[in-house]
Amino acid sequence: MHSLIQIKGLRDGLLVSLDDAPWEEQRDALLAQVDGQQSFFHGARLALDVASQVLHVNELVELRDQLSERGIFLWAVVSESPTTEKTAQLLGLATRISKPRPEENRSFSVEDLGEETALFLNRTLRSGTRVEFSGHVVVLGDVNPGAEIVAEGNVIIWGRLRGMVHAGAKGNRNAVICALDLSPTQLRIAEEVSALLKPRAEPTPEIARINADGKLQAEFWSPG
Amino acid sequence: MPANVITITSGKGGVGKTTAVANLAVGLAMDGAKVVCIDGDIGLRNLDVILGLENRIVYDIVDVIEGRCRLKQAMIRDKKLPELYLIPAAQTRDKNAVSPSDMNRLIKDLRSDYDFVLIDSPAGIERGFKNAIAAADRVLVITNPEISAVRDADRVIGILEAEDKGPGALIINRLNPTLVKNHNMLSAEDVLDLLAVELIGVVPEDENVIIGSNRGAPVAFDPKSKAGQAFRNIAKRLRGEKVPFLDLDHSGGLWQQLQRLTGRK
Repeated sequence: MHSLIQIKGLRDGLLVSLDDAPWEEQRDALLAQVDGQQSFFHGARLALDVASQVLHVNELVELRDQLSERGIFLWAVVSESPTTEKTAQLLGLATRISKPRPEENRSFSVEDLGEETALFLNRTLRSGTRVEFSGHVVVLGDVNPGAEIVAEGNVIIWGRLRGMVHAGAKGNRNAVICALDLSPTQLRIAEEVSALLKPRAEPTPEIARINADGKLQAEFWSPG
Repeated sequence: MPANVITITSGKGGVGKTTAVANLAVGLAMDGAKVVCIDGDIGLRNLDVILGLENRIVYDIVDVIEGRCRLKQAMIRDKKLPELYLIPAAQTRDKNAVSPSDMNRLIKDLRSDYDFVLIDSPAGIERGFKNAIAAADRVLVITNPEISAVRDADRVIGILEAEDKGPGALIINRLNPTLVKNHNMLSAEDVLDLLAVELIGVVPEDENVIIGSNRGAPVAFDPKSKAGQAFRNIAKRLRGEKVPFLDLDHSGGLWQQLQRLTGRK
């Protein structure tokens, strides 16, 4: 059933793409997936790409309510069908979203975000240690100079980051690196490389990401 | 009581492993312990020179391992301390002449008769290092307050953890309090902050160390040397005594001493 739907991360939420299989089947598949990963989907902004599926008001309302019950906000429906588009507009849903650039599609699917694809390291990584992982990496400890982490997803350091971290190693420019004290030897996200992070007088939690200008930048890490 | 087998290692070369082994051995033996030190740096032996025993070498560790002599024959007694012995390294062989199991066997024979076995590790993290830590009950990692040395110490500590030899205890060697005060050298706190292991001693920079090494009389014999004092204190800590750390910061000016006397900081 899961193969019916595809889920991708957008800058401001999730994009779920359905195909042309019967509507009920697709809807059930989506809800099943949502129920299977409640903590991940809860609070998400969801855009739905329904391909050429023809949908009427009652069908969309029903889905919107079902998602809403699960704490998911449906804000857009994208469709090739004029009927569906009209329905969505009637319900006050957006029908145009800025789709992610093709290179962003390569990873960051929901499968990557599942709990089992994060590597949790409850120790300090000392010089000479190299960790490579196809998902996210979470370290409860320090990353010392001379240690390296290469992850296809995000890298979270609950400690001091003084070594080298490469997040989004397969080209995911949405990947982020955060640390309680971000003073790395070098940071890389996708193809961007930065060694120019000024140490702060007082260590502060920071998050590094690729900004709108395409540059790797660190900013204070604040929730929300 | 079976011997305490302690290996001193560093990763980086030139930070003072051999000097530390010689001085800790002297410090322990001065307090009455029976000590054997083993030079694990096969092919580049030095410990004999620093202990001033170079001209007494007949047999070496490879001779013992390859059965050309008995263990006792390769043990050289110190000139001043009758309970201090050296097993020298071979100078004409390389690290591959010895394996970790050879080391284990050799040290097993020493355990029952001595209080401490100190092993001087070669620089690096290859065969010689593996040999040196194979039989260790405890590992002391020595570093200088320099970024490159600290980085290598970090690497070595990582390997020790992976080999189940514990994180080890740290000796910071050649600390210069004046440079630290002027923020031109890492402080002991900076080093500890990164390495996050137990500190067993801080040895100040002291020209008497070099003089002693060249004379074959380790500085631990010198009652006036600060470095000698620091090494003797580490030796006491190895025996389980609680010895306060030397006050290196206030050693200098008369003014600070006056301030201390009057109770002001």
